[in-house]
Amino acid sequence: MFLLLTPALAVIVALLVVPLLWLAWQSVYHNGFTLENYRRILTEDIYWHSFLQTFRIAFIVTAATALLGYPVAYVAASLPRRWSIIVLAMVVLPFWTSVLVRAYAWLILLQRTGIINSTLKSLGLIDVPLILVNNEFGTVIATVHILLPFMVLPLYATMQKIPAELTMAGASLGGTPSHVFFRVFLPLSLPGIIAGAVLVFVLTLGFYITPELLGGGRTFMVSMLVSRNVELYNEWGAASSISVVLLACVFAIFWAASRLIPVERLMGMR
Amino acid sequence: MTPARIVLYGFVGLVLLYLIIPVIIIVPMSFSSARFLSFPPPSFSLRWYEAYLGSTAWMQATKVSLVLAVSSAVISTILGTAAAYAINNSKSRLVHSLQIILLLPLVTPIVIIAIGVFFIYAKVGLLATIPGLVLANVMLGIPYVITAVLVGLRKFDPTQEMVARSLGMNRLRSFFVVTLPQIRPSVISGMLFAFISALDETVVALFIAGGENQTLTKRMFTALRDEIDPTIAAISSLLTAISFLLVILIALNARETKAAPEQDANSH
Repeated sequence: MFLLLTPALAVIVALLVVPLLWLAWQSVYHNGFTLENYRRILTEDIYWHSFLQTFRIAFIVTAATALLGYPVAYVAASLPRRWSIIVLAMVVLPFWTSVLVRAYAWLILLQRTGIINSTLKSLGLIDVPLILVNNEFGTVIATVHILLPFMVLPLYATMQKIPAELTMAGASLGGTPSHVFFRVFLPLSLPGIIAGAVLVFVLTLGFYITPELLGGGRTFMVSMLVSRNVELYNEWGAASSISVVLLACVFAIFWAASRLIPVERLMGMR
Repeated sequence: MTPARIVLYGFVGLVLLYLIIPVIIIVPMSFSSARFLSFPPPSFSLRWYEAYLGSTAWMQATKVSLVLAVSSAVISTILGTAAAYAINNSKSRLVHSLQIILLLPLVTPIVIIAIGVFFIYAKVGLLATIPGLVLANVMLGIPYVITAVLVGLRKFDPTQEMVARSLGMNRLRSFFVVTLPQIRPSVISGMLFAFISALDETVVALFIAGGENQTLTKRMFTALRDEIDPTIAAISSLLTAISFLLVILIALNARETKAAPEQDANSH
C-alpha cells in the first residue's frame, strides 16, 4: 500500500515540503542564527501594514460573503429541487471561470470609463466618475465575487441536512417565523457558517492575482510582499520569514477550526 | 407570498446577478469593433479573435498551456488515484497522517508554493522548461484527484475486489477489472479538476515559465498589468467556454455516479 502512495508523496515532498523547510531555515539563518528577519516584520511599517491590511480585507470579505451567501444558500435549500439546481448552477458557474478572466471583467465594469460609471453618468446620477477600482474597494468586490461559492456550498450542504420537522415543530409550538429562524434554524446552520468562514478567510490571506490587478498599487497584501521580495530585491530572508508567518496563521486557523468541525468538511470533501 | 419572502427573493436575485454578470460581460466585449472599451459595443466584429489567432506569440502560449494541462492532468490522475487507493485500503496510522501532506498544496498560499518551486527549479535547472511546468502542475493537481477518487472509493464495496482475488486474480488485475470501472466517474471528474486547475494556474507560472515556454495565463497577466487590450476578452471568452464545457461533462459524469448503487457516502 505504501508503495502506491510513494510517487504522489515524492512529488509533493520534493516541490512543496522541501522548499517549505528550506524557507523556514532561510528565515532564521544568514551567516549564523538570527531573528533579524522577524524583527523587521514587527518594526518596519511596510511589513506590518501589509499584514494588517491583509487581515482587514480577509475580515471584510468573510463578513460580506456570509451576509450575501447565507440568503442564497437558504433559498437554494428551501426551494423545490428543480429551482434549487438553477440557483446552485448560477453560484457554481463563476467558480469555474478563471480568476484572471474575472479580474479582467471587473476592470471592464469598474474602471473610470467602465460600464458602471458610464451607466450612472448617462442616468444623470453622477457627474464625476466614481473611483471603484485600483484601490481596496475594487479588490474587495472582486475577492468576494471569487470566494462567494466557497461560502454558499458548505452552507447549503449544512442547511439541506436540517430536518424540516424541526422548524415545523418550532412553528406548531407557537414560534413566530423569525423566532423559529433565530432559535432553531440559525443555530443548526452554524457548522456551515464556520466551515465557509474559515475557508474564505484562509483563502483571502493568500490572495495574489486579484489585489495585484485590481489594487492599483494601493492594496499591498502579504502575498505581494513575498513576491516583490523575491522578484525585485532577491531578498530571500525577508520573503521566507513573511512566508513562515503567513503559513503559521493559515495552519493555526485550520487547526483551531478542526477542533470545532471535521477536517474533511473544511477541505471541501463534504 | 409574504412581503418578507419577496424581499428575500429580490436580494438573492441581486446576489446572483452580481455572480453572473462579470462572467458573461466579457462575451459582448470580445465581439466589439472598438479599440477602447465601451458598452454596448459600437458595432460587432471578429477583429479580436483574428488578433488572437493571428499572433504567433499568443498561439505559442496557447500550445504550451494545452500541452501542459493535458499532460499534468493525466499524470496527476495516475499518481492521485494510486494514492487514494492506498489511503482507502490502509489501516495504518502512518498512511493517514501522510494524507495531510498530500493535501498540503490545497491550503498553502499559492505565492509561497510558487517561490518554493522557483527556488528548487533554479537549483536543478528546470526553470522555463515544459517538464518543470508539468511537474509543478502535477503537484497542484494531485490533491484534487485524491479528493475526487476517495469519494468514489468510499461508495465502492471492497469485498467485491476480495471476491475477485479469491477467484484467483492478482491485486493489480482485480483493480483494473473490478474496481476501476466502478469508480470511473470520480476518476474522470478528478482528472477534469486537475485539467482546469492546470489550465488556469497563473502564479506559479509567473515565477517558473519563461522564454519559449510562456503559458497563456502568464501572457494574459502581463498584458492585463500593462493595458486593457480587447484581445484578452476574446481569449477570456474562449477559456470560459472551455471551462463551462468541462463543467457540463463533470455534471453528466456525476449523474452517472448517482445512478450507481449508493453506499454510505458520508461516513468517514
